[in-house]
Amino acid sequence: MTAFVIRRILVNIVVFILIGIGVFLLVRAAPGDPVRMMIRPEDLQEGSEAFIQARREELGLNDPVLVQYGRWFLDAITGNLGDSFVNRQPVSGLLLERLGPTVLLMSTALAISLLIAIPLGTVAAVRRNTSVDYAAAALSLGVISVPSFFLGIVAIYIFSLQLGWLPSSGMSTPGGGGGTDVLQHLIMPAAILGLASAGPLTRYVRGSLIDELSADYVRTAEAKGAAPGRVVTRHALRNSLIPLITIIMINIPQMLAGAVVLEQVFAWPGMGQLAVRAVNAQDYPVIVGFALYVAALVLICNLLADLAYAAVDPRVKVT
Amino acid sequence: MSDLRPSLDTPEVAAAEEVVATETTAAVRSQRRSPLGMAARRFRRNKIAVGGGVFLLLILLLAVFAPLIAQQSPTAVDLGAIRRAPSGEHWLGTDASGRDVFARLVYAARVSLLVGIFAALLAVLLGTVVGAVAGLFGGWLDTVLMRTADMMLSFPSIVILIVLAGILGPSIPILIVSIAITTWPTTARLVRGVTLAVREREYLHAARVAGASRGWMLRKHIVPAAMGQIVVVGTISVAGAILAEAVLSFLGLGVQPPQASWGNMLNDAQSLTVIQSMPWLWLPPGLAIAATVLAVNFVGDGLRDAVDPRQSGRS
Amino acid sequence: MTLDTTEPLLVVDDLAVEFRTDEGVVKAVDGAAFTIDRGEIVGVVGESGSGKSVTAMSILGLVKSGRRVRGSIRFRGRDLGTLPAKELRAIRGAEIAMIFQDPMTALNPVVTIGRQIVEALRLHDKKMSKSAARDRAIELLALVGMPDAAARFRQYPHEFSGGMRQRAMIAMAIANGPSLLIADEPTTALDVTIQAQVLDLLKVAQQETQAATLLITHDLGVVAELADRVVVMYAGRVVEQGDVTTVFTTPRHPYTVGLLESLPRLDRDVDELHPIPGSPPSLLSPPPGCPFHPRCPLARDNCRTDRPELRVVGNGTAVHRTACHYAEELAAVPTEVTG
Repeated sequence: MTAFVIRRILVNIVVFILIGIGVFLLVRAAPGDPVRMMIRPEDLQEGSEAFIQARREELGLNDPVLVQYGRWFLDAITGNLGDSFVNRQPVSGLLLERLGPTVLLMSTALAISLLIAIPLGTVAAVRRNTSVDYAAAALSLGVISVPSFFLGIVAIYIFSLQLGWLPSSGMSTPGGGGGTDVLQHLIMPAAILGLASAGPLTRYVRGSLIDELSADYVRTAEAKGAAPGRVVTRHALRNSLIPLITIIMINIPQMLAGAVVLEQVFAWPGMGQLAVRAVNAQDYPVIVGFALYVAALVLICNLLADLAYAAVDPRVKVT
Repeated sequence: MSDLRPSLDTPEVAAAEEVVATETTAAVRSQRRSPLGMAARRFRRNKIAVGGGVFLLLILLLAVFAPLIAQQSPTAVDLGAIRRAPSGEHWLGTDASGRDVFARLVYAARVSLLVGIFAALLAVLLGTVVGAVAGLFGGWLDTVLMRTADMMLSFPSIVILIVLAGILGPSIPILIVSIAITTWPTTARLVRGVTLAVREREYLHAARVAGASRGWMLRKHIVPAAMGQIVVVGTISVAGAILAEAVLSFLGLGVQPPQASWGNMLNDAQSLTVIQSMPWLWLPPGLAIAATVLAVNFVGDGLRDAVDPRQSGRS
Repeated sequence: MTLDTTEPLLVVDDLAVEFRTDEGVVKAVDGAAFTIDRGEIVGVVGESGSGKSVTAMSILGLVKSGRRVRGSIRFRGRDLGTLPAKELRAIRGAEIAMIFQDPMTALNPVVTIGRQIVEALRLHDKKMSKSAARDRAIELLALVGMPDAAARFRQYPHEFSGGMRQRAMIAMAIANGPSLLIADEPTTALDVTIQAQVLDLLKVAQQETQAATLLITHDLGVVAELADRVVVMYAGRVVEQGDVTTVFTTPRHPYTVGLLESLPRLDRDVDELHPIPGSPPSLLSPPPGCPFHPRCPLARDNCRTDRPELRVVGNGTAVHRTACHYAEELAAVPTEVTG
């Protein structure tokens, strides 16, 4: 087990470094000169060409790419991702302070999606080809077809502007605050994000439960005299939820994508909002930092997916 | 049977009892009709899929004949008529620059379908080549290509698109290529699987001995065998690509104004005033995206059931 | 519960089960009839597709997509087909228990062996405490010859060999002291060396519980070794039945003769093997008349049109029935297969 974990961690580190190289090269290949980016257009005057050259030299931008990469890499592994072009603050700090809200949003959404997907998928699988099953299928197809940002706008229109039940943006009311206040701000984005990922998860639970229900051990349980409910919950569902843990882990990065968009709609002060702002302002250090954070999240989730599977399924013996 | 006890089971019969025992009725299908003919027949019986197809055809006609349908120009700025409510002159009102929303909606269909279809085509092409190469050559090349594909699949595509658009700058060609880059692995996995299966078949061993090239194998055997599923994956990719374009344009990272796309029309709806009092600005493009993507997914689901009936109702 | 002592323990009467497929209706069982007495071992033999497994599954109502179109299954005088679901569940696993073909898949992979046996016990004895059930389960595991039963109790199916799993399966089946055991190809999925052990264990289990046993198999050797009576099925029908010695020494159906002649024997040369020519009929459109006629050396015109019913043959000392118009002609041919 330990050897397996160590091997997987090492592989993931290598992949992470490769992604880092990719992002680094991509930024270098990008159109535009980072030094010019850092200078406000109004400060750009006659004679600043010499200043720009001096600045390039100073920043090491005239060195060979490999040297530049080495320097960047050494900085990056010590947690120094550079400063934002826009507000000159360290990128790591900017990202870290926005990590919390994003994690809060995503974990709430994950809980919501499981609360929808597991019961709905189970009922759809047990009552195949009934109206419940069709409703579940319609919901799944609906939420993957309707863009979540549009759902967000509609929700704001209904619940904030027409009914006045929930705040439309931000994470807390300025001046006010407290747990219930944050909760009120959280409900809409988390519910929409949760609903969006509940679609595919419901289909997954249904499909895997249908497979399990036709397994021989289910027939054994029936032959023992177990009631249908017990056969489903104690036997089939138990087996179908094991791969679900892996699916959830793999789905977390996809959920982040949804969070990025919804943070924009609901002005939720998370990493996604920061990233979209950075992209619109061509703030490369922040974009790169965000990309590396996402890459790390994806790799950690993949690793956890493998480990969770090994931990839960007695059949998986990792050596 | 390895022992002296007699086995009464012949393989075909064993398979037949399997059918009865496991009650998988779909497996007892005859091969009398051609697979394509049967698939088409099954698709036509699926009313929802046919409905989706008809709707898509209408959207396509709308896009092609946009200049005939929209009486106004989609880009003509009229600062004297900003954010007007719908009227006889402007059926869906005007936007923040006084441009006709209906005209923009109709012309935007062109952009959305263009990006959707071309990105999906490119992704399928790329995926087919990569999958076939991985399957045909095997070895380390296979490992590297498939690991890359898995890696791409595990990354959230919208995030990759945002980063790419942020670094390379927003434009339609970059959008198409970026979406294709994030979508090809599904096709690659599929085609690789088919390639391995086809390669195992006897006649190809014979064909290889006879000096057939890999290109010939790809054209004559692999692509035809995978075609049905490629079409399904391609169709579903179109839905994904239309959504991706909409999201990116909504965030201001995709299609840039003054050119209209359904996504960037919604970009205006980031202010509460617009959401509250000018629903004609955001409701029509939002509904257009939802309806189109839903229709594409209906067609995709219908095609999947038609191509592979055993999968119907599953996962 | 009414204990009708005149009726056999289980009466399968004119049972017909159909499956609807896209290609048409598959008549998996088409008028099967036989009985089992208390404590008796009855072997049901036939090729795959003969309907023997579907018949066995029908007894406990475990055939999900199939439809029973005719006939009845009476257990202790009660028609299992019309019993409310709850009462049927009370019988399943308690009075009638089942042993399945593939112990690799028939046990739940994520539940320990012990808990699966405990579940069987506590489902039918709600008052039984967890610790009592645990002790009883370990006792059962020891009874089926599981070494170190207490440790095995906590293990998962994948930690067991195929033979050990089948032992656990048998322990689970006899847990509630059933009066009828249904064993569906209990040895088919096992290694040859293990098969003999499991057969011995089945004998022990049968003696221990005094349960009548319905042994579904395609293996005539297993029947010869274990069964008191044999029922031969072909294309969803019973074509011959009687006590094992009578049927195996004086078969009165050409299909049974064919089965016995296709049996390899150590005392005969391999070139004397006579496999039955042709293949089993399609259950979608079974041939008219006797379903065996396309493969039968005795077939005449009326075999192609008239369906033969089961009738008593032989000297009548033991009840021996066959469904062949020309059974008497077989009596003239001395069969060499005599055990």
